[in-house]
Amino acid sequence: MGRKGVETLVGLFVLLGILAILFLALRAANLGNFVVGKTYEVTASFDNIGGLKVRSPVKSAGVTVGRVKSIVLDTKTYQGAVTMELEQNMLFPSDTSAKILTSGLLGDQFIGLVPGGSDKNLEAGSVIKLTQSAVLLENLIGQFLYNKAADPPETAPAPGK
Amino acid sequence: MKQLDLLPRLGIRALDVLRGMGHATFFVIDLMRNSLSAITRPFLTIAQIHAIGNRSLVIILASGLAVGFVLALQGYYTLSRYGATASLGLVVALSLVRELGPVVTALLFAGRAGTSLTAEIGLMKAGEQLAAMEMMAVDPKARVLAPRLLAGIISMPLLAAMFSAVGILGGYVVGVLMIGIDPGAFWSQMQNGVDAFDDIGNGIVKSFVFGVACTVVALYQGFEATATPEGVAEATTRTVVISSLLVLSLDFVLTALMFSAPG
Repeated sequence: MGRKGVETLVGLFVLLGILAILFLALRAANLGNFVVGKTYEVTASFDNIGGLKVRSPVKSAGVTVGRVKSIVLDTKTYQGAVTMELEQNMLFPSDTSAKILTSGLLGDQFIGLVPGGSDKNLEAGSVIKLTQSAVLLENLIGQFLYNKAADPPETAPAPGK
Repeated sequence: MKQLDLLPRLGIRALDVLRGMGHATFFVIDLMRNSLSAITRPFLTIAQIHAIGNRSLVIILASGLAVGFVLALQGYYTLSRYGATASLGLVVALSLVRELGPVVTALLFAGRAGTSLTAEIGLMKAGEQLAAMEMMAVDPKARVLAPRLLAGIISMPLLAAMFSAVGILGGYVVGVLMIGIDPGAFWSQMQNGVDAFDDIGNGIVKSFVFGVACTVVALYQGFEATATPEGVAEATTRTVVISSLLVLSLDFVLTALMFSAPG
């Protein structure tokens, strides 16, 4: 095989390798879902962020409109301050509320935005005031057990005597 | 008197090991310095990529496909017990990209390309070709070893990426086409769980490290082989054993460094 043939085959090999990396990055990973284009940042404070992570999706009506950029603890209020990037063309009223939701029973957590009715829109640097924290399964179970124990005995199934 | 011999013998062994390690370190440093000169003659490296990379393609792709098939089958049986078969894509992709891709590729690479490197260079040495080069004031490290090192380092990450990609396609064939998992769930769970930098990036870094390790071991064993048929045979065996153990132990260290950091 001549020099040209070897070079062509090696070129094919390298091309195949690069295609494989691209396939992994775009099809198997979430690189394709990056928020592309311009974004603006808004913040919201939650009493408890649960399992929210940086780069978790921000959704409205189930449609991804942005991603969480950073999560820090505000040491003045002891709330989790979440900064999120929303796509520039996705405008929300200024009284939009933010909830931390879970996809499925054991799925990842994300922020759900529920638009309000204000005429003004959220701008870069706005703060979402209406927030609802993540529901912690442990607290829920604790509450359930507590309520169960506090129930008056006659509502409980009578033990056979 | 026999007992008294034991202590010096132990000392000799220990010194031997130490000397060997020092020798190998100097060899690697020398090789790294010479590999810069290999860049100025790209065709030598390209010819070696053909020998190392292209010729390993068939075994890497076939193994990747087989591993993907088996992962999907085994994963499905386990996941179906918990009703979580939709995460099959995630399980297949994560195990391939993080561990199996780099590690199995490196083990196959040691067996397929490492041995041929050792045998080739060992025979060059046995045939006194390397000595002849030195007589002509051509440094065999720059002319023979450095292009092979570069080729190994370039080929390994590409081969590992192809292994993972073909494995995921194999998982898709078994999971979606044969078992009948929803293709949307298969891909979306995978895309939600696999991170481009943390998982794929670290996998590529791993395969890069393995590429350096496997190629250096193969070249060192060939270059230091005893110049007899038995010597070359022994060096080839050592290449496979040492590369495999090195890959597995390096993998443990790299995994501990990469994936246990608080994220």
